[in-house]
Amino acid sequence: MNVLAMPMHRFIDHHGKLVNPLPEWADLMTLKGFYCDMVLTRSYDNKAVALQRTGKLGTYPSHLGSEAIGIAIGRALKKTDVFIPYYRDLPAMWARGIGMEKNLQYWGGDERGSDFSPDGEHCRDLPFCVPIATQCTHAVGVAAALKIQGNHHVALVTCGDGATSKGDFLESLNCAGAWNIPLVFVINNNQWAISVPRSIQCGAELLSDKAKGAGIEGITVDGNDVVAMFDVIAKSLEHARKGKGATLIEAVSYRLSDHTTADDASRYRSEDELQQAWEFEPIKRLKSFLIEQGAWSEQDDINWQVHCKEVIEKVVDNYLGITPQAPESAFDFLYEQLSEDLLNQRDLIINKAMRMQGGDHG
Amino acid sequence: MAEVTLLDAINMALHYEMAHDQSVIVLGEDVGDNGGVFRATVGLKEKYGCKRVIDSPLAEALIGGVTVGMATQGLRPVAEFQFQGFVFPAIEHLVCHAARMRNRTRGRLTCPAVFRAPFGGGIHAPEHHSESVEALFAHIPGISVVIPSSPQRAYGLLLAAIRSNDPIMFFEPKRIYRTVKSTVIDNGEALPLNTCFTLRKGRDLTLVTWGACVVESLQAAQALSELGIEAEVIDLATIKPIDMASIIKSLEKTGRLLVVHEACKTCGVGAEIIARISEQAMCLLKAPPRRVTGTDTIMPYYKNEDYFMIQEDDIVDAAKLLVEGWK
Ligand SMILES: Cc1ncc(C[n+]2csc(CCOP(=O)(O)OP(=O)(O)O)c2C)c(N)n1
Repeated sequence: MNVLAMPMHRFIDHHGKLVNPLPEWADLMTLKGFYCDMVLTRSYDNKAVALQRTGKLGTYPSHLGSEAIGIAIGRALKKTDVFIPYYRDLPAMWARGIGMEKNLQYWGGDERGSDFSPDGEHCRDLPFCVPIATQCTHAVGVAAALKIQGNHHVALVTCGDGATSKGDFLESLNCAGAWNIPLVFVINNNQWAISVPRSIQCGAELLSDKAKGAGIEGITVDGNDVVAMFDVIAKSLEHARKGKGATLIEAVSYRLSDHTTADDASRYRSEDELQQAWEFEPIKRLKSFLIEQGAWSEQDDINWQVHCKEVIEKVVDNYLGITPQAPESAFDFLYEQLSEDLLNQRDLIINKAMRMQGGDHG
Repeated sequence: MAEVTLLDAINMALHYEMAHDQSVIVLGEDVGDNGGVFRATVGLKEKYGCKRVIDSPLAEALIGGVTVGMATQGLRPVAEFQFQGFVFPAIEHLVCHAARMRNRTRGRLTCPAVFRAPFGGGIHAPEHHSESVEALFAHIPGISVVIPSSPQRAYGLLLAAIRSNDPIMFFEPKRIYRTVKSTVIDNGEALPLNTCFTLRKGRDLTLVTWGACVVESLQAAQALSELGIEAEVIDLATIKPIDMASIIKSLEKTGRLLVVHEACKTCGVGAEIIARISEQAMCLLKAPPRRVTGTDTIMPYYKNEDYFMIQEDDIVDAAKLLVEGWK
């Protein structure tokens, strides 16, 4: 894939050079903030993979390479908007204010990781959906609800390039156009759906072309350029907020990691391709740009890395220190009220757990 | 007071709840101007507008998912599927999302949604329009299944379903949509979702049924009565959770259990009821329990439909075997 030849929104290229005048909002302070966020979430990602390798986390999907997409989303959304994420969205959730502990807890196999209410204002954001693309239909429902409630809030949903092949995605896009609802779709086009390359997902040249059939605007953006990402997302959110309807954003990026920690991408994709993709990754280019502008230095970078390490170690400590869920917690939130039958089944589990915890193997 | 049909009662319940709760939204294919293919939603759009009565694109997975999304945001959506046979594209949303939202988010988000669908055979409908798959949904943790069988219970149970904070599959026996009539007091009173209803008292056997089969079951009970056999007829109404306590109480008196359902036999809800009786109340039984069910076949096209529908005689014969064969 020749990302340079593809027509897409871009401000800063992979050498860190400006290819278009920066938008008004993009002052150096803001961009430095974006940069720091991206570095922090990347450090988190490295740490999460390490935790999985040492048996302290379950299977984990790395977001390596998609930091610009996530940080732009998280920063562009208002607190009162509703975010409908997919599993690679830690950067967006974190930038939105949801603690990293929650993500560790979730991938650590604890349902409380999807309870964002302790983090405050994100009570209406949806949890991850494991079945691919299903979240798109939920997002249509959320956006329709926001429109019905008339509060000028916007819903934003994300998915991968593979997800765009599913009926749920296409039905959602179609409905968003028909209903004229405040919804922004962001495709993290990271070129691979596990081992299936983008070219096998569909014959369309651009995934954003799918918007045409739905009668909404489709935009392709350099997903490794946080400036372009933020600019397009912010504009699409405003468009939706004004009642002008939905937008489909295709963020062109690359999955620099394996699909998850259970995957080995070297089985199906070439080392050359991966090496080339590293040339375009989002962090390096912004760093070059900031250094060029005199807004950042190598020493700043070292200091920031040290800071990130401290922050993340604390996050990990907190995660590892969390009291496990009670064995019977699977019953606690199944229905508002448990039937007698379920209460009996719950008792059985409690007794069984006591037996097992008591080490009684008889 | 005038008698109304089961369908009218559904419509009355929707009108009542939409008038009294701004968060109730009706959506589905054709539910707006057309008032639904069976006219269950007639008049709602005129009254409550297109923001609350929403025609969706023809896409059932979408309807399922949109309903989940709306429900997470404080609305109480009531989604209509035109027939139970067209719920299948949406099953992923029902099973993977509606049923799990409360659990997945530890109660942070819930899914107070109702998924309505007409079901069952007997109206000479095309393929996919006649099945009864309530057992499929009863199997899923996090979902409740409700089937009304009279106008009064349709009204009260639908109100209860809409007010429930959990997702509910609400299956309407379309064969008796217009044929069963009774008076309904439109006072907004809901019926409980955790109990069955005894429609007829009897001492000789307990007949548990639901949906349209209630009609043939009551007829059979009448015929049996003329033969000196008194059947206690119970409308299960809430398929999940099953009110076993009431069934066991009835069995204490009768000692004989007959389950009648239109759905296929294998892994049907009848099997569940009988399994629970053998676990919990075997000693009450004076005879092995029996089932009158649909066959484990694909529902045939309508020329042969009647052979597959449960007739009054089928029930009478089974009841006689149960009582007389074990005297
Ligand atoms: C309905 C469904 N089918 C299959 C899977 C297994 N699966 C998990 S992730 C994935 C690939 C998704 O690719 P894409 O949408 O491009 O997102 P990416 O992981 O590349 O970010 C698949 C097939 C699933 N979770 N859900």
